[in-house]
Formats: sequence, C-alpha cells, structure tokens
Amino acid sequence: MTETENHGQTRRTFHLAVIYILGALIGIALAIPTLIYLLLPPRSRKESGWVDAGDISQLTAGTPVEMSFQQSRVDGWRAVTEKKTAWVVKTPDSKVIAYGPQCTHLGCAYHWDEGVKQFACPCHNSFFSLDGKVLAGPAPRPLDRYAVKVQENRLMVGALKQSAESNG
Amino acid sequence: MKKRIEQFIEAFDQRTGLHTGLQKFLYEEIPASSGWHQIFGSVALFLILIQFFTGIMLAFNYAPTPGEAYNSLRYILTEVTAGRLMRGLHHWGASMIIVIVVLHMVQVFLWGAYKKPREATWIVGVVLLLVTLAYGLTGYLLPWDNRAYWGTVVSTQIGATVPVMGPYVSRLLASTGDIGVVTFARFYGLHVLLLPPATLLLVGLHVFLVRRHGVAPAPGDELKPKKSFFPEQVFKDTVAVFVAFAILFTMAIMVRVPLERLADPTDTSYIPRPEWYFLFLFQMLKVFEGPLEVVGTVILPTLAILALIATPFIDRSRIMRVRQRTLAIGIVTLAALGWGGLTAQAVRTTPPQTAASSIDFSGPTQWMQLKPAELSGVHYYNQENCAACHNVVPGGEAKAGPNLLNTNKRHDQTWMLAHFQAPQSTSPGSMMAPVNLSAPQLADLAAAMLALTPDNGDIITTTPAFAADGAALYQKNFCGGCHMVNGVGGKIGPVLNGLSSRRTEAWTAEHFQNPQKMSPGTPMKVYPFTQPEMESIVSYLFTLPDKVPGQ
Repeated sequence: MTETENHGQTRRTFHLAVIYILGALIGIALAIPTLIYLLLPPRSRKESGWVDAGDISQLTAGTPVEMSFQQSRVDGWRAVTEKKTAWVVKTPDSKVIAYGPQCTHLGCAYHWDEGVKQFACPCHNSFFSLDGKVLAGPAPRPLDRYAVKVQENRLMVGALKQSAESNG
Repeated sequence: MKKRIEQFIEAFDQRTGLHTGLQKFLYEEIPASSGWHQIFGSVALFLILIQFFTGIMLAFNYAPTPGEAYNSLRYILTEVTAGRLMRGLHHWGASMIIVIVVLHMVQVFLWGAYKKPREATWIVGVVLLLVTLAYGLTGYLLPWDNRAYWGTVVSTQIGATVPVMGPYVSRLLASTGDIGVVTFARFYGLHVLLLPPATLLLVGLHVFLVRRHGVAPAPGDELKPKKSFFPEQVFKDTVAVFVAFAILFTMAIMVRVPLERLADPTDTSYIPRPEWYFLFLFQMLKVFEGPLEVVGTVILPTLAILALIATPFIDRSRIMRVRQRTLAIGIVTLAALGWGGLTAQAVRTTPPQTAASSIDFSGPTQWMQLKPAELSGVHYYNQENCAACHNVVPGGEAKAGPNLLNTNKRHDQTWMLAHFQAPQSTSPGSMMAPVNLSAPQLADLAAAMLALTPDNGDIITTTPAFAADGAALYQKNFCGGCHMVNGVGGKIGPVLNGLSSRRTEAWTAEHFQNPQKMSPGTPMKVYPFTQPEMESIVSYLFTLPDKVPGQ
C-alpha cells in the first residue's frame, strides 16, 4: 500500500466515523425529547377538591339512596364538569359510604334491590352486600368507593378510588 | 457470518433493487470543485424533515379550531413535558429554513449553477421558496393569539389589494370581512394538508433534476478527476447539518417563544407586525401610499419573482469562476443591502409593543386574578425587600424569617398589622424590623400575605413590576371606591375588567388627565399621573382579565 492510498483510507474512515457519530447524536437528541413528550403524563392541574353532593340528614341507616352531583375533571386542555352519581349508604354506626355507580365486573349500572336488600347488577347477575362485598356473580372485587366527608349534614364527595382486588 | 450478510443483501437487492439504488445515489460522481459551498441544499432538506416531524408531534396535542387552538397550544407549553421544546424547534426551524433556503439560492446564483441545462432545477427551487413563505404565512395564524390574529389581518388585507384577483383571493382564504373560523380552517388545511405533500413532490423533483444534470461544474473541472459524493461530500453535508441542528436545538431551549393573549378582534390598540422575514415588505408598503399601494403589495413582489424565474434565460453566458461574476456579486450585495436596510428601518420605526400586550400567557398568570389590594401588597413586598428574609416557594434556601406560604392558616389581618408595626409584640424574639409604611399600605401588604397558598407563591416573583406598581397607584388613589376590579370595589363607576376590549390605552391615559373631555358629565376627577405612573396604571388596567374570576 502506498503512502497516498494509506492516507486516503484513513480519511475515508474518519469521514465515515463523523457521519455516523453526528447522525447518531442528532437522532438521540430528537428521540429522547420525543419519547418524553409522548409518554410522560402531563403536569397535572389542580382537580376540583370536594363537591357538595347534597343533604344527607334524611338518610336512614341500611337504605341506600342514589345521589347525583356535578364533578369537574381535567381533560387535556379542557376542564369539563360532568354529572356523576353515587349510591350513598349510612351504616348502623352512622358512618357514610358512597359507592361508585358501576359494577366492578364490566361497568354496568347496578341498582338497589329492596326485596333481597342487595345491590344487583342486571348484566351478569353480580350481587353486592350493603358494605360493598361481592355476594354472587362474576364481579372480581367489591364496589368502588368515593372519598367522602360530612360537613353539617352535607355530603362532600372527592375522588373515586378503585377497591382492592380481594373480597375481604 | 459476513458472507451470510452479503448473501442476504444480494438476495434482498435482487428483489427490491434498493441496495444498488442507494449505491448509485451515494457513489454519484461530482466535479472536483465541489465542496463546502454546496452544503445548503442538504441542510434545507434536513430542516424540512425536522419541520415535518415536529409539526406532527405538535398536531398530536393540538386542536385546530380557534380558541381551542390557543388553549391546546397553551397546554403544550405549560403542561406537556418537552412541549415547549417541540414548539421551539418548530418555530425556530421555520425561521432557519428561510435563512438556509436564501443562502442556498444565493450560492446557486453566485456560482451560476442555474445555467443551461439546469433552468428547470432553478425554477422548481423558486417555487419551493414560495412554498416556504406560504408555510410561514399560514402557520403564523395557528397559535390564535393576538399576534397571530392581527398579523393575519394585515397579510390577508394585502392579498385583497391584488387587482382583479383580490376579491377571489379573499374568498379563497375566507378572509372577506373578518378573520374567523373559516379562515382558520383554510389556513390550517393549507399548512398541514396541501403544502407538505406539495413540498415532498417539489423536493423530489428538485433532487431528481439535480441528479439528472449532475452537480454544476466550475471552469477547469473537466481536466481534473471527479470526486465521489459519498463519503467526502456527505461528510461535509453532515457536519453542516449538525451545526444547523445544534444552533436550532440551542435556540429552542434558550429563546422562549411567547404566547400572547387570546386573539381579540376588538383590541384596537394592538400593533400588528409580521414575522421578521416579511418585515421588508411591511416597510416597503409605507413608501407606497394611496393608489400606489398596489406597487408595493403586488407589482414589485410579482416582478421580483418573475425576475428570479427568468434569471437562467437572461443570463446565458458560459460558466465562469465565482470571482469573475462581478455583476452577480453586485446584485446579491444590493439585494442584501436593500433587504437589510428595509428590515432595520422597520424594526426601528415600529413602536414597541405595550407592556400589557406583550405578556407571555404560556408563563404563570395567576397574578392576574389577584384583587387590587393583594397586587398592591406585592409592590410593597418588593419595595420593602421582604424576600431578603422570607421565602415564598416551597422549600427554598434557608433564610432568617419563616416561609410565608401558609400565612393565612396561622394568622389573620389584625395579627398581621400588629406584627408589621411591632414585630416583637406578636412574635417575641423576632429579628424583624418594623415595616415603615402607612396604615393602608400595611393593609395591602397583609392582604398579599394572606392570599399566599402553597400553590401560588409565584405570584410574588412572576408579577410584572408595572402591574404591582399600577395596583399600588390604584390603591393609593382609592380607585376601588368607585370602580370594581376582579370582583371587589364600588359601583359608581364602570367595572374595569374588560376595559381593554372597550377602550385603547391612549384613550385611558387621556381620560385620567381630562375625564370631562373623554366622558362628559363624569364624576371622576383629574389624576395628573407622571409619565411612568401613567404607563404602570394603564398597563395594569389593560392586563385585567375580561371575565371576573369566579363568576
């Protein structure tokens, strides 16, 4: 190999290396922000805290009542206010529970069956007790509950929390 | 293993021809004189791809209707991580393409690379320049802020002055009368549906023509051995592309692109201005007035484009060395001087945007919701240098005094006032010196402190000085006795929220000086503010939200 050929070969290697390295750098500099942009959840804005769902002074222990209220939710760049419902029960020890209105099986709307004193889902015959536990049917977990607090006989409703998998 | 790969490539190539095609493309022979001056085409192509990519990314979080467009862009800027970077790349990439495309054109012009048989390549290039400008014009409206709206009002009105075709241009852009939802839809459709495929076709044709005729040689090239496009020229192109990308990326991070207030068709005090590369046209229009206007808006630009297209047919001389092309160098120099002069003049003569219209709505704007007393308190907080000893951000560096974010959970107004006047009376052992302000000023300071929550500490640091100063003046002059701002104040005078859509800043300033002249019979008295005071209070009043918060 002559001196010039050798020199030409080194130049070629150098050129190729620079092309690949700079190309890779540009690719990385674009790929990382893109993944962050697409995959990271947006910085959350403040959700509306507690919503007044209504008066519960007339509520009798052991008889659930369906209550509806307006709750706002952040949807991308919008703040939407939606009508939500909850099944509200007063327990014998005067605690108040608010269940999410959907069956934990496939999301059908269940209702209170006064005859059997159970929550009954018409879709696939799931039954829930007054304290939300699954009594029968395909439902995998107890009813979901809203965070609640009571202020001077008004029921304040917060976020809906998914119940634990187990039926305990 | 190596043999296996070669076998695979060969089998793949027999079926697709991609490998031979790529080899043919890369190992194209180029003249010996090729080099660094020919990098601009590749850089332009790279930037076009960056625009396609970032444009698609933005579209993933963007709602293309007025109002929603603004809200979704604001969402991209304030809530989506790396959203500001994506928008920055798209915004500055647009400007950079203009620069590179013009440099590309200047290079081809100086070297005379448009000459026979390369006329078609040149003409397609001129069309691509127009397409690039069309992107800039249509993309300008898409943020739907005041700047976008008013800039488009001007550009569409220029389009309407075209003789004979004017009304049709207006109708095509749906800009007859007002700029509205239909205009927006047309601009969006042009920007993302029509122009990108047109660009792909034209760029494809352009590159095809370059390859068909080969890279233009310089005199003497026929005597020297040819070079290969890959890897030597590709290396130069890659280095140039990388430098361009590094500059673009740095700008996208360092130079913040503001989002102004939502487009307000009633804002009569807004000074529209186009993107920097259109400023020379904007300035030229000032030279041609009245019936001559059409010369600046239509005739000269059309002549310029025709001259560009005709260039290869006018100059039919043989290829020469760049240094001998004195006429071409002269033309480029003159054009650069003319463009630079007009642009500089435009920048110099355009009055600066008022403080109220240049607020960045992609930044924190919680301070706009404050009541006048609270905002005035921010003024005294800064004036008394409270930040020397107190923090208003969660955590923050250790300072002598306590963090003030939860003041309203611990104290009330009475306590605050007693504390300001004699700190040790309420907090024994405190190092704080008494705050030497009048009773109403202390009340404002207390109001600001009691408005602080862990979420809004930035109201102290992000309130523009003019707004805090203006609110302090508002309080000092008891404006709230007659006027209502953000839900507090008297009802004798008009509510001041929404003033910006009813009046101009000049009107308001004059009203302070001579209320009877502006509103005959008004009970308002004369307020002889000094010039800086006037600017603060008027700007403050013009940043008030149109709608009163919480109502």
